[in-house]
Amino acid sequence: MSSLTVLYALLFYAAGLILLAGLIFKIRQYAKTPAPLKIPTTPAPVTRGGVVWRMIREVVLFESLFKGNKWLWIFGWAFHVGLALVLVRHLRYFVEPVWTWLALIQPIGVYAGFAMVGGLLGLWARRILVERIRYITAPSDHLMLALLVLIGASGLMMKFVSHTDIVGVKAFMLGLLVFDWQPLPSDAPLLIHLLLVAILMIVFPFSKLLHVPGVFFSPTRNQVENAREKRHLAPWAAELER
Amino acid sequence: MADYETPQLRPYPEIPALQPDATAHLKPYPAAPEHNEALGFPGELVDNWQEKAIDKMGELLGKYRSLQVFLDACVKCGSCTDKCHYYQGTGDPKNMPVARQDLLRSVYRRYFTFGGKWFPSLVGARDLTEEVMDEWYSYFHQCSQCRRCSVFCPYGIDTAEISMAAREIMDSVGKGQKYCNEILGKVHKVGNNLGLPGPALESTLEEFEEEIEDDTGVKVRIPVDEEGVDVLLITPSADFFAEPHIDGLMGYAKVFHEAGVSWTVSTYASEAANFSMFIGSYENMKKAAERIRDAALELGVKRIMVGECGHAWRVAYSFWNTLTGVGHGAAEDDEYAQKLQKQLDPNYPAPQHICEFTWDLMQEGKLNIDKSENDHRVVTFHDSCNVARASRMGNQPGGQFEIPRNIIKAVCNNYVDMDIDTIKESTYCCGGGGGLLTDDLMEIRVKGALPRMEALQAVVDDYGVTNMAAICAICKSQFAKVFPYYNFEMDMILSTHQLVSEALILTGQGEQQEEEAPQEEEAATED
Repeated sequence: MSSLTVLYALLFYAAGLILLAGLIFKIRQYAKTPAPLKIPTTPAPVTRGGVVWRMIREVVLFESLFKGNKWLWIFGWAFHVGLALVLVRHLRYFVEPVWTWLALIQPIGVYAGFAMVGGLLGLWARRILVERIRYITAPSDHLMLALLVLIGASGLMMKFVSHTDIVGVKAFMLGLLVFDWQPLPSDAPLLIHLLLVAILMIVFPFSKLLHVPGVFFSPTRNQVENAREKRHLAPWAAELER
Repeated sequence: MADYETPQLRPYPEIPALQPDATAHLKPYPAAPEHNEALGFPGELVDNWQEKAIDKMGELLGKYRSLQVFLDACVKCGSCTDKCHYYQGTGDPKNMPVARQDLLRSVYRRYFTFGGKWFPSLVGARDLTEEVMDEWYSYFHQCSQCRRCSVFCPYGIDTAEISMAAREIMDSVGKGQKYCNEILGKVHKVGNNLGLPGPALESTLEEFEEEIEDDTGVKVRIPVDEEGVDVLLITPSADFFAEPHIDGLMGYAKVFHEAGVSWTVSTYASEAANFSMFIGSYENMKKAAERIRDAALELGVKRIMVGECGHAWRVAYSFWNTLTGVGHGAAEDDEYAQKLQKQLDPNYPAPQHICEFTWDLMQEGKLNIDKSENDHRVVTFHDSCNVARASRMGNQPGGQFEIPRNIIKAVCNNYVDMDIDTIKESTYCCGGGGGLLTDDLMEIRVKGALPRMEALQAVVDDYGVTNMAAICAICKSQFAKVFPYYNFEMDMILSTHQLVSEALILTGQGEQQEEEAPQEEEAATED
């Protein structure tokens, strides 16, 4: 067992733990904090089913962003959909045997990798070139883009430039899941790729990546618009009536 | 005259280049100690204000999910950056919604997040200093809480929620704004924004009754404090004294008269507006709304109706049920709300908008309309921001857009809409909402009106529009004031129910005055 394997195994356990614990903490916080007033951005759905449909459009199609800015929507959507497909494609490193559908979509995942990096570069270009976006950009926004671009680029490099031992990688990942550590191949692109992914996992619950759980808890998007038909009362507001 | 220039109307509006600190000098007058104290806030800036402000922020984060999520979730994508009318009119980057939020978010990050505590400059976190507080006071009073930004945000982040929280934090340490706090004090004390006492209100309304009778030959009543009637009308107090608001009020009276529905206004609850929303104070909002509940209980009315007012309709439609039980659907064991809800007629929405009432009557054929009375006009409609994006009318989402337009089209032959990007859910604020309708903020009001003025100019040029109708007291006052800056006549702005009033033929009207009825038959522009 090389020290590298031990280091990466421990790193991924730590990253996984921080990601999970951090997200659970934030999601609990969002869920427990009351929304005392009805504030859906109207026109809004008047039924629970309508809200689910609005949320699906928001999360899958980025409907509001589409209304806001078409370039931003193209880059942002390409990145997110690319990322989602790439993540699905990576499932093959965590299941054995590989499901048929997962084997079939593998080629799509490769294109998705380019869409992801392309989208990210577009978003980054806007941060630099558009005066308004430059104004609202903090160093952490650049770092986040750099992190994601490097993850995407190092991943694509392993596919197209210098192949890594993916059988070994898979053995390492499956081993992590059952606490039976297997040696990690030690080529540079892979080590960089995995290190950056671990950093992303650690940063997730402390950063703007909280938009992922946040969108589901946004009262302007997830509330049923039925203020006149049903009395809506938060616990702390009810106290004021006693 | 003021030392600033009215913006030029642009035929093809573009996103303005950044002009840092263009409106950093704008600050509303601070509230006097007695104005703050009347609302339960410290009179003057407290000694340990930094500590208190951070504590208050922590308290609000625990009470409002919107604040917690909105401060966390923003990714700085920039979708909102060009959506605010104040940014469009001033070019000041801090009037971009995300940058306005960041004034508060930077402090949130510093005191409440890991990144901000340990790596402040990396994530744009700042200490709460006097300069930061001054910046808050300036720029959170350059937000009219119109929610336009929230339409275009992928997470629905609403800058209105942020500016309400910021104002509440400032109030909690004694840094209140004169306009809102002084007015709110009058509501708590007298019952309306003007501080107009009951007897004065009664004599004003008598004058209106006489005016309607002189006009139509029909005696139309505007009842005051009448018990046992069906409807309690709550309307912005501007409807009692300002132009063109009063013409709208006379329109409501005529509609009630023709419908044969008994109604009353209340001298105790003589204000629909609830400025507590502007300052984010739930307690004050509840206190002001309780006057309406109490008046409804005392007068024993079956229905509660609201006149033409934007933010007021938001509070009424979206919040009254929560605040005071004015609505339906309270739990069986909710004694507080049930006390009122058992009294209210379940066949009607509560509260009901006057436009919903009028449109229902029109559909039932109960109003005798002569559209030609408005033939000398070509009318467009300004969707008031808080009606458009924070409430509804009728049974369908979007009824708040259709019902007022249906009413106008039912009483006018010549109607056109402004550019689709400036109406309905994308409507622009008039520039005077959210507690900014005060002379000490005239510069931002004039500049913030720019996008609406441009859209209006376009339909004036293309279709010969002569009038813009609105359903909000603030919009009407604001437009009457800023129109002259953009070379429009101030009486171009109308109450929607003024148009109704002029086309409505009362039963018995014209029987004695047939021969003197003037006929205005100007050729109206066809589109």
